[in-house]
Amino acid sequence: MALLNRITPDFWRIRPTSTGAFRYLFNYRRIWKWSVLLTAIVSLVPLIFITLLDYKVTEHALEQEFRLRAARLVSNTRRVIGFFLSERQSALEFIVRDNSPEALSDPERLTAILDSLRESFGGGFMDLGVIGANGEQKTYVGPFKLQDKDYHEQPWFKMVVDRGVYISDVFLGFRRVPHLIIAVKQSLPDGSFQVLRASLGIKPFEDHLNNMEIGGSGDAFIVNDRGVLQTDSRYYGRVLEKLDLPIPEYYPSTQVMDGSTRDGEKLLIGYRFIEGTPFLLMIVKRHAELMTLWHTTRLGLILFLVCSVTLILAVILGSATYMVRNMHLADEKRLMGLHQMEYANKMASIGRMAASVAHEINNPLAIINEKAGLIKDLFTIKQLYAADAKLIGLVDAITRSVQRAGRITKRLLTFARNLEASIERIKLEDVVREVLSFVEKEARLREINLEVDVAAGVTAIESDRGKLQQIFLNIINNALAAMADGGHLKVRIEPAPGGGVMLRFSDDGSGIPAEDLPRIFEPFFSTKTGQGGTGLGLSITYNLVREIGGEIAVSSEVGQGTCFTIRLPICIPNPKGEDHASAVSG
Amino acid sequence: MRVLLVDDEADLASALAERLDMRGIAAEWVTDGMEALQRAASNDFDVAVLDLKMPRIGGLELKARLQSLHPDMKFIFLTGYGSETDFKEVACHEGEACYLVKPVDIQILIDLIRRVTHSGGEA
Repeated sequence: MALLNRITPDFWRIRPTSTGAFRYLFNYRRIWKWSVLLTAIVSLVPLIFITLLDYKVTEHALEQEFRLRAARLVSNTRRVIGFFLSERQSALEFIVRDNSPEALSDPERLTAILDSLRESFGGGFMDLGVIGANGEQKTYVGPFKLQDKDYHEQPWFKMVVDRGVYISDVFLGFRRVPHLIIAVKQSLPDGSFQVLRASLGIKPFEDHLNNMEIGGSGDAFIVNDRGVLQTDSRYYGRVLEKLDLPIPEYYPSTQVMDGSTRDGEKLLIGYRFIEGTPFLLMIVKRHAELMTLWHTTRLGLILFLVCSVTLILAVILGSATYMVRNMHLADEKRLMGLHQMEYANKMASIGRMAASVAHEINNPLAIINEKAGLIKDLFTIKQLYAADAKLIGLVDAITRSVQRAGRITKRLLTFARNLEASIERIKLEDVVREVLSFVEKEARLREINLEVDVAAGVTAIESDRGKLQQIFLNIINNALAAMADGGHLKVRIEPAPGGGVMLRFSDDGSGIPAEDLPRIFEPFFSTKTGQGGTGLGLSITYNLVREIGGEIAVSSEVGQGTCFTIRLPICIPNPKGEDHASAVSG
Repeated sequence: MRVLLVDDEADLASALAERLDMRGIAAEWVTDGMEALQRAASNDFDVAVLDLKMPRIGGLELKARLQSLHPDMKFIFLTGYGSETDFKEVACHEGEACYLVKPVDIQILIDLIRRVTHSGGEA
């Protein structure tokens, strides 16, 4: 809270309450608020809009890119697997055409064929068998003991009888090993038929799927159209287990769709039916993982936005505060100037009035003076009433009163004359006493003790008498206002360390609270607001002291009193007014 | 020693003249510049005591004109304006001319008259 108070600029505390000629030109708080708001809107809204747009576009582009990549991968893999199967199917078809039924029934020939196939096609072919129309295996070459097995009940056998060629699902069969078979029907001259059947291990598929670059936690597997896994899947179980994902309807080209796991995790699923087989190639990628790249990009975007917004806001706040503060300062200077002008005008008219009053009074005073003098002269010089002490006393009383009145009018004239700037050699004690004489009457009435104490070694200084008078008068008036009846005001004049003269005005008045002390020279700071105080007296005093090259400081303790210290230089540096102006008027 | 007193206030001029007379200084008084010039044309005065501010012919102008008649004449001005600091009761400016601020003390005036006549110009 204290920090907030410290960084709050002055204008923030100004409430547009004062009316009349001396009020601030603007409502600074409102200007500040509006300029911050408007600048922030015009700079932040487009930035946020563009960033959001970029966010959406990038997100969309990345997603499209992942879909496309998934589709391409599925498509390529499908081609390889499709080719793998159709190649082997074609090989079997060729064997059936190229060999007579008898040759195929010959185990030796069949073994030779199996060896050739293995040699030409690499892995995949496990065994070969020839099955008669009754479903009984006539010839078998391979590692399993399947001679004479009866297949007429097996679903694949029925399919190959129907279709001529058949690629089966993966199944365990008699050998209890996951495999698939490719079977080709061979017609016999007697109208009957036999079937050449090759079984393929699923290892080549799995090798192929494992070698695919699906990245991270991606999963690629083959499933049949009933949802039974045909290869091991990383997440959905072993071969021949039921797949825990819905099987899409047949579609002749590669598809990418969104899916989700049972836990609700988003998935990107690419699939393709492999034509001529019951197989469906599926590649499943976790959306979250795919979007890691997006998250990095997004983090960058968000960081960029946050940094930009912070920077923009800082600049806006800083520049608005700077601008409005300067406006406020200028306005305050203007107001201060107005007040000073008004003050100067007031002083000038007081001066003019004092001068004319004094002049007007001086003439009749001079007459009274001369007449009384003449009466006395008549009494004494002509010896008419020289012995009449009472008459002489009366005349002397008149003369004394005239002298007193004369002193007052002369002082008024001095005061008025000094309002014009003029620099002269001044004994500060004289000025202080002169000013004190203005308040003598009030002080006597209130039994306030006024004391001037001059230290040894105080030199006369060159300064502006009128300004000094105003300065001293302001301070002395303040002191009188702060003191109770019977108080003490002491003015101490002493040589200042480092040259010049130091004046201390100490009173034993009410004192100034510590929190107000730093502000008492500020314009418009007043504790007497509402009681006729403008809050300008001390700020004008401060400016006057500065104008004649001096410094003013204050120390105070509540209940103990206040001490104003003014330090004046030996002469005014670069005086603005002309030197020793001394116009004489009669 | 003859003194010419010029002040538009007849009451002041007459009383002052009479008081000077009583102290052995022959003083004549007039209330107007023209009258003063006429009086000076026919008489010889050592000192002129002039009010600075008078109708028609002011003190300074009158001084100039009297000076052309009597180049040796000394002048003392009286003024209702003025200040202690500028004049210090008796401050001298503009050559031999001196100022006194009203109301004046008769003794100070006499001292001044003596001073300007004896110093022979420079007071």
